[in-house]
Amino acid sequence: MMNEQRREFIKKTALGVFVGLGAASGLVPAFSLEKTALPVWDEKPVPGKIRWGMLIDTRKCKEGCQQCVAACHHEHNVPAFKNRREEIRWIWKNSYKNVFPTADNAGASKEIQSRTFLSLCNHCADSPCTQICPTGATFKRWDGIVEIDYHRCIGCRFCMPACPYGSLSFNWQDPRTAIVDPVTAYPTREQGVVEKCNFCSDRLIKGLQPACVEVCPEQALVFGDLNDPASDIRVLLESNVTMQRKPELGTKPSVFYII
Amino acid sequence: MIEKALKGNRSYWIWTLFLGALVASGLSAYYQQRWLGLTVTGMGREASWGLYTAQFTFLVGVAASAVMVTLLHQKELTKTVIIALFMAASATLMSILFAVADMGKPDRLLNIIFYTNPRSLVFWDLLFLSGYLATTLTAGWAMLGAEKKGVPPPAWVKSLLNLSIPLAVGIFFATAFLYGGLPDLSLWVTGVLALRFIASAFAAGMALLILVTLIVKKTKGLDTGKEAREKLAMVATYAGVANVLLLGVQFFTTFYGNAPLLWFSLIAGVVSVAILLIPASRKSQQWLVAACTALVLSVWVDKSAGLLIGGELFPAPLGSIVTYAPTSTEMFVVAGIWSFGSLLFTALLKVVVAVKAEHRG
Ligand code: SF4
Ligand code: SF4
Repeated sequence: MMNEQRREFIKKTALGVFVGLGAASGLVPAFSLEKTALPVWDEKPVPGKIRWGMLIDTRKCKEGCQQCVAACHHEHNVPAFKNRREEIRWIWKNSYKNVFPTADNAGASKEIQSRTFLSLCNHCADSPCTQICPTGATFKRWDGIVEIDYHRCIGCRFCMPACPYGSLSFNWQDPRTAIVDPVTAYPTREQGVVEKCNFCSDRLIKGLQPACVEVCPEQALVFGDLNDPASDIRVLLESNVTMQRKPELGTKPSVFYII
Repeated sequence: MIEKALKGNRSYWIWTLFLGALVASGLSAYYQQRWLGLTVTGMGREASWGLYTAQFTFLVGVAASAVMVTLLHQKELTKTVIIALFMAASATLMSILFAVADMGKPDRLLNIIFYTNPRSLVFWDLLFLSGYLATTLTAGWAMLGAEKKGVPPPAWVKSLLNLSIPLAVGIFFATAFLYGGLPDLSLWVTGVLALRFIASAFAAGMALLILVTLIVKKTKGLDTGKEAREKLAMVATYAGVANVLLLGVQFFTTFYGNAPLLWFSLIAGVVSVAILLIPASRKSQQWLVAACTALVLSVWVDKSAGLLIGGELFPAPLGSIVTYAPTSTEMFVVAGIWSFGSLLFTALLKVVVAVKAEHRG
């Protein structure tokens, strides 16, 4: 399984022939506005263009488990500030109400509403954070990843309220004092810049899966190319009912949820 | 001409020393912020904007509305124009300083120019503001110089003034939609916010200008004319009425009603507009001062409170209402920047008064 996924990763180049939307027309059931409509990942169907995405099967995700959070935060030298005001997070768990505040609650059972859900940067195809950034420090890469240049950011924080998901954290003070077990493979940040999930662009380049995906014992997270109809993630998206966060804002998130 | 700012009576020096002391304490507070980071402020992950942003918004509005005085093209206003230009320049400088004070990496400020993002309204806003600062200051200074020599201002001053007007309009739009354009706000809220930003800017800007001309008259005996003040009061009234109406709308359509500070703003706004609408009280200087002060305060409180209660104007992304309280460090920096701007404005006004006095004498 792992090897297959690796191979899929490494050969992920110009193979993504876009098959059209018909194949998955059964995807959108009528009972909730929040369910994902197909065009949301069909940003601009440029053949061969990669758009990385993630699917979180929240049915598999274990309540109380923090392994993905720990792996990500360790891998990226994310400081562990305890106080809520200065907290820095790339991926974290939050209540249904906070993750899907605009979702149709009538459709969600008590059980669902009592669970916690992973939240992270959605690497939106139409990302308000990159639009407002005056320096282009937050920018969209060719493969759909929304990345931050820590050396260019001027710390104006306009991106923070611009992101409707609260995905960005700001370094209110020197983060290096609060990194528990620093690694050398990824840079630390300075005081005064923003940071967030980078979809593990640092690992993708080595042909690795994102840290959270790799470490999850339940295999609740699937990562892949949304523009490739043959990718695992696309197959799963087409055979399941999925949700995005605040889809009505038109940001076109690349992170999907099976509830 | 600048040497004229160095001569003054006792009260002038007490005032400048007072401002200078506040600037110094602001600098030391800012030094602390640079060293330790924005952790010394009351801002945090969910209330990521605070007092600095509030001052920025307020001052940008005051600055951009001031130049509109030149648009009124009224004979009675000629004496007011230079004062308005210098007020615009001082307010613009302060707003830029507040934007810089709010940055985590102010040393990288020039990245906005090196790595321009033309889609970013923040970029346009700062660009317009810098241009506006340069044009208003230069035009004001040149007009004053011409007056000193007793000649009409050079022709390029006119072009500068003409340039400053589209810049002011640009500032209005960039700022209004900067805040209005946040994706979590509905189109309706966006529209009301943008309109209200403009209306409140004119109300506060004109009211402040009236107060400044009255202070200059009282302390220096330079009167820019009652008629001029009446013109300004008229603009302030129209803008004030529009602002309280739109603010009222927001009380009905948002959670504004839950915030005591916004109630203060609404009531102060209504009272000041009422005073300005009644001819008898508008014509009395005491009432005019009261109305203008209330109007400026109303707008200032609204700009600050609107941000402080973050949850309403800027819905915290996770839907929670976040409380934010500025720290003393933050307040010292705010006082320092205000004092710096006031110091500059005072010095400029001093030169204006001296030149006019010379001319008369
Ligand atoms: S989730 Fe937020 S930070 Fe991430 S791309 Fe979308 S708007 Fe930007
Ligand atoms: S804080 Fe940094 S990344 Fe965010 S908008 Fe400002 S410069 Fe861009």
